[in-house]
Amino acid sequence: MKVFPWLSVVTFVPLAGAAVVLVLPKGRDALYRWVALVASVATFVIALGMLGAYDAQARGFQLLERATWVESLNFRYVLGVDGISLFLVLLTAFLMPLAILASWKVDRGVRYFMVAMLVLETAMVGSFLALDLLLFFFFFEALLFPMYLIIGGWGGERRVYAALKFFLFTMAGSAFLFVAILFLYFRADPHTFDLVELQGLALPAVTARWLFLAFFVAFAVKVPLFPLHTWLPDAHTEAPTAGSVILAAVLLKIGVYGLLRFNLSLFPEASAYFRTFVMVLAVIGIVYGAILALAQRDVKRLVAYSSVSHLGFCVLGTFAFTTEAMTGGVIQMVNHGLSTGALFLLVGMLYERTHTRDLDQLGGLGTVTPALAGFLLVVSLSSLALPGLNGFVGEFLVLIGTFPVHRALTVVATVAIVLTALYLLWAFQRIMHGPLRAEQVRHPDLSIREYAILVPIVAAIVFVGLFPKPLLDRIEPSVEDAARTVQDAGPAPALGLEVP
Amino acid sequence: MDLIWLVPLLPLAGSVALMLAGKRLRPVAGGLASATVAGSFVVSIVALVDLLGLPAGDRTHVVHLWDWLAAGALNVSVDLRVDTLSVVMALTVTGVGFLIHVYSLDYMHGDPRYTRFFAYLNLFVFFMLTLVLANNFVLMYVGWEGVGLCSYLLISFWFEKKSAADAGKKAFVVTRVGDTGMLIGLILLFSTLGTLDFDRAFELAPAMPEGTATAIALLLFAGAVGKSAQLPLSNWLPDAMEGPTPVSALIHAATMVTAGVYLVVRAHPIFEASQIALFVVAIVGTITALYAATAALGQDDLKRVLAYSTISQLGFMFLAAGVGAYAVAIFHLVAHAFFKALLFLGAGSVMHAMDGDIDVRRLGGLRRDMPITAWTFVIGALALAGLPPLAGFFSKDQILSAAYGGGRVALWVVALGAAAFTAFYIARATLLTFFGEPRHQRTPHESPVLMTAPLMVLAGLTLVGGLLGVSASDGAIARFLGEGFAAAEHHGGGLGEGTLIAIATSISILMLVAGWWVYGSGRVDWTTIRGQLGGLHTAVARGWFLDDLYDRTVVRPGRRAADVLARSVDQGVIDRGITGIGRGFAGLARVGRGVQTGFVRSYALVFLLGVVGILLYVAARFQ
Repeated sequence: MKVFPWLSVVTFVPLAGAAVVLVLPKGRDALYRWVALVASVATFVIALGMLGAYDAQARGFQLLERATWVESLNFRYVLGVDGISLFLVLLTAFLMPLAILASWKVDRGVRYFMVAMLVLETAMVGSFLALDLLLFFFFFEALLFPMYLIIGGWGGERRVYAALKFFLFTMAGSAFLFVAILFLYFRADPHTFDLVELQGLALPAVTARWLFLAFFVAFAVKVPLFPLHTWLPDAHTEAPTAGSVILAAVLLKIGVYGLLRFNLSLFPEASAYFRTFVMVLAVIGIVYGAILALAQRDVKRLVAYSSVSHLGFCVLGTFAFTTEAMTGGVIQMVNHGLSTGALFLLVGMLYERTHTRDLDQLGGLGTVTPALAGFLLVVSLSSLALPGLNGFVGEFLVLIGTFPVHRALTVVATVAIVLTALYLLWAFQRIMHGPLRAEQVRHPDLSIREYAILVPIVAAIVFVGLFPKPLLDRIEPSVEDAARTVQDAGPAPALGLEVP
Repeated sequence: MDLIWLVPLLPLAGSVALMLAGKRLRPVAGGLASATVAGSFVVSIVALVDLLGLPAGDRTHVVHLWDWLAAGALNVSVDLRVDTLSVVMALTVTGVGFLIHVYSLDYMHGDPRYTRFFAYLNLFVFFMLTLVLANNFVLMYVGWEGVGLCSYLLISFWFEKKSAADAGKKAFVVTRVGDTGMLIGLILLFSTLGTLDFDRAFELAPAMPEGTATAIALLLFAGAVGKSAQLPLSNWLPDAMEGPTPVSALIHAATMVTAGVYLVVRAHPIFEASQIALFVVAIVGTITALYAATAALGQDDLKRVLAYSTISQLGFMFLAAGVGAYAVAIFHLVAHAFFKALLFLGAGSVMHAMDGDIDVRRLGGLRRDMPITAWTFVIGALALAGLPPLAGFFSKDQILSAAYGGGRVALWVVALGAAAFTAFYIARATLLTFFGEPRHQRTPHESPVLMTAPLMVLAGLTLVGGLLGVSASDGAIARFLGEGFAAAEHHGGGLGEGTLIAIATSISILMLVAGWWVYGSGRVDWTTIRGQLGGLHTAVARGWFLDDLYDRTVVRPGRRAADVLARSVDQGVIDRGITGIGRGFAGLARVGRGVQTGFVRSYALVFLLGVVGILLYVAARFQ
């Protein structure tokens, strides 16, 4: 019996949607929106089907699809899903319809906006599912163009600068990645890009470390890890709401995912070698991002720096190489996608009303838009890891799993949590509390469309906070395998920072 | 007892219903909220009766609800624990909570956010019950942070006022400083013992190395210091008085702030594994008791007097816990819940009558206009001062005796000093508010019955509450809590129990009389005292400059550092450095290609061509 190709379908349905939007007659903006929405909802439904087809008990990659792309060169089309990519795909498919709904008021170049969004979705899902390095690289690069267009085409005043910066930073990283991938291909005998086959490749330690660094730079730019983060605040500030949402919620995750999927499994010994180095960078990012967030006046920049801080937890967990921390790192990716995605959606709604993102120009909105204020508070609390909501699950697992590996770093990361509370509540206060400004008395509270965007996310935030077990049960076996690969390669502490 | 999940669930359901329905439920909001708390109280009573039916050594029952956090070696479930301590706490929370809900029906009447107030109040009760009923540290932490959230929401309830919004944020952030210590403590506990469940952790605790035990206990205590507003994290509580008065009564006096005491008592096997940790608890408590009692002397705002009083009384509870008199600490916690809720609600009644003005310098003579408020307040004040036979007398004297008997004579002396100031500041506040001639132009009226009834019930509880613990070893609470929580044995010392009580009580009476001499007798012109004291008065009135200290050493330098990092370092150094490297490459590439048009497009084109070229090369080579 031929098995239903869940993964190909979930990857390419958005692209098919994009094709439909392209061939529709001119000037039918409403239709483009609806087609895009339907395509993205369909993708989500298929992703749920994929979740149903996924066997929580089994280990390794599932729902594998293999095909030959270029026979003579051994280029292959390999898709597969495990507990790590499963929820990232779900997250992507979950947020895309909401991002499209949030873009309902985009009225310039609607057709191309929607096409860009759908192409972006295919590229993102493909990146998470590809198990062939060339195929992965293809999707990974394909992300850039639609995102570049979304920022540069529909962004704010400095959109061209921001889009360019985004493009060049990631492109520069990709160059290293591409060279390293080709190196691996030629090194393998027979030549192959297949991840599973390449895992068996014996490499001299020094070579593996250089290759690790090449992969690392590409992914660290995406995460972004300190000090490669400076493109992010600009990109976020200038991007339209949907762009910021997707950028923060999904695109950044591809960086962490890449580290977890490729660096750890291809170069386990090098991963162990650079472990402390990466953990230190992650913790610097956690603290540095939080401090920088404190100093921002622009809400979007504030959320952007908070992303730098939160993503640090994902990387910290990933490079602790313990089951608890890595599970926490993966679930933290999902959580950050939910809470920061929601934060950008809310900031967008705020901006549509007030036409400013300057915290000094806002204030007192709690009285005119109480529902908006309520959602903003819940999402902020999720982001500051209030126990009972989703953020806590990830951060707690990361911290408790990192502690035995490196006590000092864990303590520093924990202390940053105070700063998170400070900048988020301070921002909330400056937006919602205090006296209301005269020019802002007449803002409407949330519309039905806006409720439809926010309620699913908050439901997910509460669900993951209270019942994370279905997620943890599926993530754990996959990260256990990844952790074991690295641990078998032997611990080789770098920088001598390890505490026994 | 298997229905114990109803206890937290009822107020949660009330809160969610009120939040979702919003203004539509306004007419019944207060009634619904009060009813859910009453329901929880009844279920708690049932649990109490069930427990009493069990043999004394067997009074622990755990109800498993669901698996929560499980990964690797970690396995935390949502389990509720019914035991003597949790039931005493649940009864206090729901009992006092119910009275304060009823009081709020009238007090908050007419507020535009009336429904939301009760939604938050119910949510608070839910989290507080989660805190006291949790069977592991992580679930307790959920309640712990949850009550902090509700405290934040309710302090900044009138958020249009900047001072209220600031106070709410300050409360959340300052307590979170302590909570972070606590979180690290939990992590260290897990990595040491491999569990976060109470029973298992307490079983293993005595075997811990003393150094580790000290670290864990002190980190947990950091959380207690924050939540219970002890030095050095006490400065959020006086500002918390920006919230509506019922909130001050429930959260910032009777229940939430006592969570720290509950934590120490609950986790006492961990604290006992380290003598240093227990000693630190006792010292911090004693110093805070004295510090806040003196600061209370300088407050003109009646609620701020009570706020500092609460900080001081919590210090007494920590002193008790620190000398191992856990049952006494819990007894004082319960007694304090009665009389401090009474005092706060009395202050709220005055506020209600005086259009919000409770500066004691502008009050006076209110006993004639509002006798119920006045006389119930007097009962609460005398209980706070420790006069027999009121609830506070027994509990406070047992604390002092335990300190003395535990060999901490120095702490006993300091605590006696704190008790002396206590009698004096509450005499001052009471006399200036209710006695003498009016110093205001208003015509105040006694509050409506929904407000005075809770006052009378609480006054009744204050009158008879002492019966719960007529003696440290054999009081009702001590006996019910059981062996594990009993007061430490007396080490003898020079003085007998009777002498200790006589000393403490005479000091209280003496200071009450002194207070009356200055503020009630008319023989002293108290309005000139502050001028004569000068700087000392300023210091006391500003809580010994604790806020100013933080402002100068942490807040302002921190803000400046963040600004410098953001403006100069991030944008100036890092961004320029990284893009500079990039520019270097780009410049090379540009020279090589000699292309100047549309940068991205050409880059992409070159890239694409490169890829294709490589693929072609590869293809040519292998075919």
